[in-house]
Amino acid sequence: MSIAMPAPDADVIARRDGFITALGAIVPGEGVIADEKGLRTYECDGLAAYRALPLAVVLPETVAQVSAVMALAGEHNVKVVPRGSGTGLSGGALPLTDGIVLGLGKFNRILEIDYANRCVTVQPGVSNLAISQAVSAAGFYYAPDPSSQIACSIGGNVAENSGGVHCLKYGVTTNNLLGLEMVLMSGEVIRLGGKQFDSDGYDLLGILTGSEGLLGVVTEVTVRILPKPSSVQALLLGFGDVVDAGDCVARIIAAGIIPAGLEMMDKPAVKAAEDYCHAGYPLDVEALLICELDGPAAEVSELVDRVEAIARESRATTLRRSQSEEERARFWLGRKSAFPAVGRISPDYYCIDGTIPRGKLAHVLARMRELSAHHGLGVVNVFHAGDGNLHPLILYDAAREGDLQKTEALAGDILRLCVEVGGVLSGEHGIGIEKRDLMGAMFTEGDLKQQQRIKCAFDPAGLLNPGKVFPVLHRCAELGAMHVHHGKLPFPDLPRF
Amino acid sequence: MSQTLRPASAEETRQAVAWALGEETALEIVGAGTKRAFGHAVAAGHRLELAALSGIVDYEPAELVLTAHAATPMAEIEAALARSRQQFAFEPPDLGPLLGAPAEHATLGGVLAANLSGPRRILAGAARDHALGLVMVSGRAELVKAGGKVVKNVTGYDVTKLICGSWGTLGVMTEVSVKVLPAPERTRTVLVAGLEPSAAVACMGRALSSANEVSGAAYLPAAVAARSAVSYVASAGAAITALRIEGPPISVGARNEALRALCAGDGEIEELHSHNSATFWRELRDAAPVPADAAAVWRLSVPPAAGAGVLAALEPSEGEGWLDWGGGLVWWSCPATAAASAVVRDAAQASGGHATLVRAPDALKAEVAVFHPQPAGRAALSRRVREGFDPRGILNPGRMGPDPLGTD
Repeated sequence: MSIAMPAPDADVIARRDGFITALGAIVPGEGVIADEKGLRTYECDGLAAYRALPLAVVLPETVAQVSAVMALAGEHNVKVVPRGSGTGLSGGALPLTDGIVLGLGKFNRILEIDYANRCVTVQPGVSNLAISQAVSAAGFYYAPDPSSQIACSIGGNVAENSGGVHCLKYGVTTNNLLGLEMVLMSGEVIRLGGKQFDSDGYDLLGILTGSEGLLGVVTEVTVRILPKPSSVQALLLGFGDVVDAGDCVARIIAAGIIPAGLEMMDKPAVKAAEDYCHAGYPLDVEALLICELDGPAAEVSELVDRVEAIARESRATTLRRSQSEEERARFWLGRKSAFPAVGRISPDYYCIDGTIPRGKLAHVLARMRELSAHHGLGVVNVFHAGDGNLHPLILYDAAREGDLQKTEALAGDILRLCVEVGGVLSGEHGIGIEKRDLMGAMFTEGDLKQQQRIKCAFDPAGLLNPGKVFPVLHRCAELGAMHVHHGKLPFPDLPRF
Repeated sequence: MSQTLRPASAEETRQAVAWALGEETALEIVGAGTKRAFGHAVAAGHRLELAALSGIVDYEPAELVLTAHAATPMAEIEAALARSRQQFAFEPPDLGPLLGAPAEHATLGGVLAANLSGPRRILAGAARDHALGLVMVSGRAELVKAGGKVVKNVTGYDVTKLICGSWGTLGVMTEVSVKVLPAPERTRTVLVAGLEPSAAVACMGRALSSANEVSGAAYLPAAVAARSAVSYVASAGAAITALRIEGPPISVGARNEALRALCAGDGEIEELHSHNSATFWRELRDAAPVPADAAAVWRLSVPPAAGAGVLAALEPSEGEGWLDWGGGLVWWSCPATAAASAVVRDAAQASGGHATLVRAPDALKAEVAVFHPQPAGRAALSRRVREGFDPRGILNPGRMGPDPLGTD
């Protein structure tokens, strides 16, 4: 519990009752939750180690209500924490004790399915999977598929720029988004993009995606849908050495093959998954790769042959190709249940999310083993190998004094390692509060201040989800100040006419 | 006196911007200058020429990422990528010749600053989808790093995307990292002759809704097709609907058959192999079919299914053009008059899309905004974003229009 949140505004807390009454005038009935039992439901998101009770939870049903709530909060200096399904893993939806949680759960309708333009417009509370399900019968799907896709909302996906196992070939949320509607802290409603491919003017759609609920509350989303591939096949590849597995990944890509999915699990992850769901994984391997290829049938069978040949050259010790949909599903079963499987072998686990250049995999895994030994905590690795996105799971016991602190220290070391080898702090879970204080490992104070000036353009009073993403909060007036030095023409030794 | 500053490093670029800040004067930012005629003239007394910021910094094919100094020529980068059988999948256009500049001089920074994407945009995404990170100098004369060098990254705001398409009005890029992908082994283009625009858009829609991974879908009315350098297209004597497929030979063969079957009832079918395909799609990529004497050239981004309707709505402007991106991109040439411009803007607006005036005489640009006018709320938000990066408005002021994006 080492992350400190901004000091609550006592004046706002003192005025709580009046504010709740005013909220009730905008969102009637059960749309405002203020009793402690009701608030408990919203006290945390997927980063459950951090909890707080908000002043109130408001569940608006219309854009006009969202706008009025935001404007009211702005007038009363009340902070707003937007929340979708609350599945986020970095604490982006952690409530603030002097703020309200604005839940988008009632924005759960699919507004338009437009097959002619191959796009779908939905409200932000619609789940990721529901979009694919709605268009499945017509042969389409929505490509980004985070593992929480049954529950996670598309609005949350926009906030975190969510990925999934298929983003190597099909991109993450930002690459599949065409338009959105958002409400600013002022209550102003702004529309970005539409059904066309490129939006005009500054790419505000791009900056909103992955902004972790700090810039605006998304109230409508238009995404691209893709025709389902006609054929899908997966390979299960086991290796006696992690280096060989990493080598195999590099060779597949060097051969010009972009698999739909390319996942790796280390030995402890394979063992945990196999014990949990009996997917038929080989237990004598140091690393297991699942390589999925999709596309036209002729292409898939050709590429499966090529990948198999590459795997042999990379000294694969296990080599299986799925012969049926049922078998392909079984290959994935273990990977997809890796988290609950790990949950069975350890009282608690902490999922990390960093990205590294693919070529550094073996080095990072070796260093991670040293760090794991140093901190005295086990680490199990699942890994989106195709795009370098690591998900180490640290095993700990929250009931044991000091374990969580040790876990956070180890997680910090692993993430700093990711940055050290040329990677980043988060591939798809976001910074939230979890990695907030590590931002300095990747960005200078100047870089972070420039990012916060973007926030000032959207939310000058800093009331929308403050305390997340940025380790140090600056007032916008301070960020706007500039010292100008009058000087001579620089580098006068260069010809310049 | 007007100065031309030619920094040779990121730090010198920062010093140049610091000097301009101190002098309270503005800079026009120039890479190779091939797109100077695109957009409004910059109201700046001095030039910041980045040509010396050139060269590939890091390129490891297995990482699928290339990092280069901002003014590295695209030709140099594409040659390096080709040696490893890779490419920028967004198919960056070379608009030099369209804009009266030499071909093959464009720089990587310029392509990203304009967020230019070619025909493969429908499958692979835009330039902004491939830009992973950058280093730039803000209008506050500070070196700023954004993004990273890996494809999956949610570490802070995606500032890189904001810089793409901002035409140098937010910062001066000094180094960029871009995602690269394998180049396809084989290409085929299925041509369907003689379709009306609405039938063509329907045909392209069917192809793009099929599982054949179509990487180009364009419609050229007969007069436009006649100007193609590919004889099959030029001699067809009819409108041409073109569908491109790329990939391993066996896959291209199978999809080629599937697409031919899909379009069998539409019209006469012809087929281009790799060489002719490359020529044809390069022409469209670079807007080469625009007549040399076209007075005003527009680029409309619209919902794909609206493409045929937009072409019809454009007719009163007495011009001509073609569709790319399955109907989602309209290139349109017409007289350089306010009346014709109003027709174009209205056609784009009515479809839900927007129109950009790519080439026009200065007199028209004085009357008509190059970039599509925005609703007041979004324009004000964009102005505030710009103020955060360039509070004194010293970077390319006026390039994107007077107010809101070119504030000073």
